[in-house]
Amino acid sequence: MRTSDLLRSALRNVRRSRLRTTLTVLALVVGASTLSLTTALGAGVSDYVTRQVDALGADDVLVVTAGSAQTGDGPVTYNPTRSTAAGGGAGLPGAGAAASLTDESVAALQRLSGLRDVRPVRSVALDYVQAGSSPRFELSLSPTGAVAQADLAAGRQLDAAGVADGIVLPQDHVAPLGFAGDAQAVGSEVTLAFTDLTGTQRQVPATVVGVSRSGLLSSGAAVGADFLDSLASQQDAGVGSPGRYPAATARFDPATADVAALKEEVGALGLQAQTIEDQLGVVTTVIAGITGILNAFAVVSLVAAAFGIVNTLLMSVQERTREIGLMKALGMAPRRIFALFSLEAGLIGLLGSVIGVALAAAAGTVISAALVAGPLSGLPGLTLLLFRPQAVVLVVVLIVVIAFLAGTLPARRAARQDPITALRYE
Amino acid sequence: MLTAMDEPTAVLEARHVHRWYGTGSARFHALDDVSLQVRAGESLAVVGKSGSGKSTLMHLLALLDSPDEGDLLVDGVATGDLPARQVQRLRNERFGFVFQQFFLNPAESVLENVVLPLTIAGVPAPARRERGMAVLERFGLADKARNRAIDLSGGQKQRAALSRALVGRPSVVFADEPTGNLDSATGAQVEEELFALNAEGITLVVVTHDEELAARCGRRVSVQDGRLSGGAAA
Ligand SMILES: Nc1ncnc2c1ncn2[C@@H]1O[C@H](COP(=O)(O)OP(=O)(O)O)[C@@H](O)[C@H]1O
Ligand SMILES: [Mg+2]
Repeated sequence: MRTSDLLRSALRNVRRSRLRTTLTVLALVVGASTLSLTTALGAGVSDYVTRQVDALGADDVLVVTAGSAQTGDGPVTYNPTRSTAAGGGAGLPGAGAAASLTDESVAALQRLSGLRDVRPVRSVALDYVQAGSSPRFELSLSPTGAVAQADLAAGRQLDAAGVADGIVLPQDHVAPLGFAGDAQAVGSEVTLAFTDLTGTQRQVPATVVGVSRSGLLSSGAAVGADFLDSLASQQDAGVGSPGRYPAATARFDPATADVAALKEEVGALGLQAQTIEDQLGVVTTVIAGITGILNAFAVVSLVAAAFGIVNTLLMSVQERTREIGLMKALGMAPRRIFALFSLEAGLIGLLGSVIGVALAAAAGTVISAALVAGPLSGLPGLTLLLFRPQAVVLVVVLIVVIAFLAGTLPARRAARQDPITALRYE
Repeated sequence: MLTAMDEPTAVLEARHVHRWYGTGSARFHALDDVSLQVRAGESLAVVGKSGSGKSTLMHLLALLDSPDEGDLLVDGVATGDLPARQVQRLRNERFGFVFQQFFLNPAESVLENVVLPLTIAGVPAPARRERGMAVLERFGLADKARNRAIDLSGGQKQRAALSRALVGRPSVVFADEPTGNLDSATGAQVEEELFALNAEGITLVVVTHDEELAARCGRRVSVQDGRLSGGAAA
């Protein structure tokens, strides 16, 4: 039998018992759409997180916090380089809420040869920001804004701007401050106001060098390290360094440095060093875990659907005993009979997976758009469900393979059938 | 056929063939030391009571089944050691089958049913259609070619089955109770067709307990409890 004839025959047989095929296909559709939705969710979220990390571009930055030294049971021994006195607002993921860095620990970090540009993170509490005579708006300065790369909507990064008093404004402040657009805001001057320790309100001019999209990591405005230090000193009003910091940032040479070794050295000081990616790693691990569980559910439903295929085809073999017997009597090779039933299984798999994937893509796109426009609108650039062509093809291939495997049992039974038993008339 | 009838060649031959069914105490000797020659171009009737082993013998001669002991030869060649693929080819190309039941696929058209042996052989679709239409023409079913097989009457179904047996231009046609399921008028019609084929040189092996049909055959053998008796020319 020619392959084209086998295919036609398989197609016709699949269509023959319509109700049974439909039910089997439905089971596959459920599995296929679940699997595509969960993989799309995983892909969408991890793509978003990856782009956030890439946008930060800070692969040479370590964030050092007074890490928890509590690795075993029992009380923690006193360590003079750590302090558990109430620290300033931590504001960083991973930063201990209670522990903070001291001047000694910053000095110790500076002595480490692998690290350069060690700076304690100093937070400056702004009262408001104003552009010309615009209304005044509250604005927070991101403590690590100086080391991170902003996800720019317009303008340039702080270190590329060559301006000492540069500021990257968050996008949501652009229109309220009276700028016509993101690009128009770049180059303008804004006024930053804060109250120092003596209770006097001070105003400092800053130049907008860029406009950033808000994201998972970046919140608020960013200014250069030196500018931030000067603002912090002014806020201290000459009282001097507070001596306690929520964290410190340091740079290393990603080409030569061994990050793990650096982390260990920092760890030896009783502190904890994390790259920006580490801080996101927790998020990614959680996402991977959740999508993994969802995928497992989808695969279980596919296995159930595979039993449906076995059942459908076994019934079909039973019903077509005579037909199979006749074909064998007329010289059809058992291998071709096997191929015929395997093809039927594969076709059922193809039908179910294509319909399932198409349904998932259609429904998923609508749901994703609605969520991103609604509850998740705070995360611009997020595609909650990302249907990658490779992933979609992979789901279809996986299901067709599962269907084929499920079809081998009935196909073998058909191929081994004895023609004369089938053709005997009693 | 113009080949010398005075020196007939055995197209099929059974040599001391035994066939048992079942195992243990239920073991049943269905064919007991059967030897038989079927000469090219002859018409042979296999008669006997129901359950005597006629169908079993026919299945063995048609290579649908293999004997537990003894040999089956086609054109003088023992088939026991032939590869399965070649036996399938032999059945497909040399043999035609007509069963008591028609075994038409209700989901397919009459034409598709009739060309099944060609489809199995891998003949391309246009050639299949041409040859299929030619046999249907002969059996007066050309106008039913596109109908579903299930819509035919009993006589038409058996003619469709005959068309299917003929479409591959076999040298031997096996018919197992071909008129058993038909009323006498249609039965007679099918009988005419079978002997018309035989007149064209096709070897005919007919299993039947229809005396009239057996009487028209050139030779008859009768099976009794798995043993062959008779074998004389009719
Ligand atoms: N597959 C089988 N298993 C057991 N016994 C069988 C089988 N096929 C046929 N028989 C028995 O073998 C005997 C001969 O059967 P069969 O050749 O069909 O007889 P006939 O065609 O002459 O009516 C019968 O008694 C039948 O019951
Ligand atoms: Mg019989």
